[in-house]
Amino acid sequence: MDYALIWAILISVAVFAYVALDGFDLGIALLFPWFKKEEDRDVMMNTVAPVWDGNETWLVLGGGGLLAVFPLAYSVLMPALYMPVIAMLLGLIFRGVAFEYRFKTKRAKGVWDLSFIVGSLVAALSQGIMLGAMLQGIEVTDRAYSGGWFDWLTPFSFFCGVAVVIGYMMLGATWLVMKTKGDLQRQSYRAGWYSAILLVACIAFVSLYLPYVDSYIAERWFTYPASVGLWVLPVLLVVITLGLLRSLQKRQEGRPYLWGLGLFLLSFAGFAVSIFPYLVPRSITLWQAAAPENSLKFLLVGAVVLLPIIFAYTGYTYWVFRGKVDPNSGYHD
Amino acid sequence: MFESFDALFLARFQFAFTIAFHIIFPAFTIGVASYLAVLEGLYLKTRNPVYQKLFRYWVKIFAVAFGMGVVSGIVMSYQFGTNWSVFSDKAGPVIGPLMGYEVLTAFFLEAGFLGVMLFGMNKVGEKLHFFATLMVAIGTAISAFWILSVNSWMQTPAGYAMNDVGQFVVTDWFEVVFNPSFPYRLAHMLLAAYLTVAFVVGAVGAWHLLKDKTNAAARKMFSMAMWMALIVAPLQVFVGDLHGLNTQEHQPAKVAAMEGHFDTETRAPLYLFGLPNEETAEVDYALKVPGLASIILKHDINAEVTGLDQFPREDWPPVATVFWSFRIMVGIGLLMVLAGLWSGLQRLRGKLYDNSLLLRFSVFMGPMGFVAVIAGWIVTEVGRQPWVIYGLLRTADAASPIDKAGVAGSLIAFIVVYFLVFGAGTFYILRKMAADPEKVTIPEYAKHKPTMAAERIYDEEA
Repeated sequence: MDYALIWAILISVAVFAYVALDGFDLGIALLFPWFKKEEDRDVMMNTVAPVWDGNETWLVLGGGGLLAVFPLAYSVLMPALYMPVIAMLLGLIFRGVAFEYRFKTKRAKGVWDLSFIVGSLVAALSQGIMLGAMLQGIEVTDRAYSGGWFDWLTPFSFFCGVAVVIGYMMLGATWLVMKTKGDLQRQSYRAGWYSAILLVACIAFVSLYLPYVDSYIAERWFTYPASVGLWVLPVLLVVITLGLLRSLQKRQEGRPYLWGLGLFLLSFAGFAVSIFPYLVPRSITLWQAAAPENSLKFLLVGAVVLLPIIFAYTGYTYWVFRGKVDPNSGYHD
Repeated sequence: MFESFDALFLARFQFAFTIAFHIIFPAFTIGVASYLAVLEGLYLKTRNPVYQKLFRYWVKIFAVAFGMGVVSGIVMSYQFGTNWSVFSDKAGPVIGPLMGYEVLTAFFLEAGFLGVMLFGMNKVGEKLHFFATLMVAIGTAISAFWILSVNSWMQTPAGYAMNDVGQFVVTDWFEVVFNPSFPYRLAHMLLAAYLTVAFVVGAVGAWHLLKDKTNAAARKMFSMAMWMALIVAPLQVFVGDLHGLNTQEHQPAKVAAMEGHFDTETRAPLYLFGLPNEETAEVDYALKVPGLASIILKHDINAEVTGLDQFPREDWPPVATVFWSFRIMVGIGLLMVLAGLWSGLQRLRGKLYDNSLLLRFSVFMGPMGFVAVIAGWIVTEVGRQPWVIYGLLRTADAASPIDKAGVAGSLIAFIVVYFLVFGAGTFYILRKMAADPEKVTIPEYAKHKPTMAAERIYDEEA
């Protein structure tokens, strides 16, 4: 069995779970500037308060998992992406404590709103920049990063950062559509509409720009007939975009978030296709990065047994907190 | 301001700083989570409302501390890569899977049930809620299990071999997980967490008793805490001694530094005070008890105790730091034993809540557990220098190829952010602790009829 490949898929699942779940937590914060009423903000925060911590845990699994099964990739990517990683961590600190601190004070509530917004913005932007930096490729010599200090920062990687910010806003807006009602929901529909259109424009731009500037990626996508199967992705992009916009227009409460996840899944697949089989693009393949087989097997046993259990109780938590969040109740003893 | 330091020193300082901050929160939440489980269990069993009050009181404090623990912990899981990439590459195949298990068995469990514990009181029945609290408490302990296994493996590596690219590979996972120092370290740390929280709870109780000694909730808190002090503090001394003997066996240089023993000698003295001087290899201004170290370490006054002279200079840990941190930890431990005995005596005389000197002393002891925990970690972490994997990989060979400017910049950022953010959090926690536990209001548990609102079971008062 190809344990390295299995683990590459599992780590991808963890990263996607992170993006899908923490994406809407971060997105809600990113929408705060357009939702100024304090009661609205309280409700928005309470739609994610019981689950954000679990959502963020997928990021720890992504990082910890990478160290465990692809230690070489981990030890190259972290120094290569040093500044955005640190920025993301600091951003997540400001974001994470805001959930608690915000309800502990009336006087400084505005401060923790700001901490929530800026922390989430920095985290989302950093994540997108890392994504862009990986697509650009990372220089490696002798099992160590050998590029420059600011290699990660280019107009392209910054654009990817902005795209992720917009994408999370879309996830946040569609999540709020599902979890709120009244004016707040109406405003969320609107936010979902605009962010969806912007996001699709970003995805289209990246999809066209990358093959244009990068012959390796162009070859991956445009070699006839090997690449023909991949062309289902752009077709799906059109279908899902239309589905998302239609569901927003028709005010279908539960659907837009799922369509939005579809957009993320497609982008994620596009990313995977563009870098495969590298984990550190153009330098280290997933097989080169893999830990010795007995490490891969040891953790795989746990993952196979425990991940279904984790999905079960995480699902249970979401079920307990299902339905609309009522603005008239909550945060009072 | 960092001209005189190299990138390695800054990376070490960054790790020390971020982990010293982080350890405070898990040490606290491990203990409080278990305390909450005990309180809720006692309430369900006895239906005595005081337990319910105390649960609601402490769960608010727990929520803030847990949040700080989570965000400072994520930093740790990425810092191995950012600043210690060579270590990550080499040791990843061994310690990575252990940390993977920590995420899978502990972090998800805690995070998954935390939501129900904090916000689900009116959504699930009281038994299910108690189950959620139990899961959170068990999760915190499981987390300690794995991360201490990792740390212990780095101190006393076992069950490994090297592969052709210089990575550690595992030959026996059982030997890796249950490496020689692990059981002692785990027991010592878990007891430290419980003791730390016992003294925090005791201090909060004492604080409110000093204002009103009839405060029923404060009396219950103080009484429970002092039982813990009476039983667990002496137990910790015993476990600490076992841990020390284990260290003596596997890391004698560390023990030599802890004791300030530069020379190998029989009837080795115990230094009560002194300034270890690495230049001259002597303890200046020493106040010592001859032979006592031989008794403590070997349980025999005539036994020979290994000194630092048995090790090459380049393998010495920084002696004074280890020596003094050890004395701080032990000193606090003895004060904890004293508090436990004193409270036991007062309890026998039926005057546990009346002695204002004991109450004041308990307030003073409130933060001491944290000091002891950090001092203890300094002993074990500085004491194993210059090795990051003991005897196998030097700290100096483990760092990332990162510019000094980068490490310095991120270090400053961490320092500023941590003091700001965790300072605010500590302020909110202290304010919660200043609130009267008798005045906690109790909403109804759900009668198995979930409502749609996510109700916070705690609120803001200011």
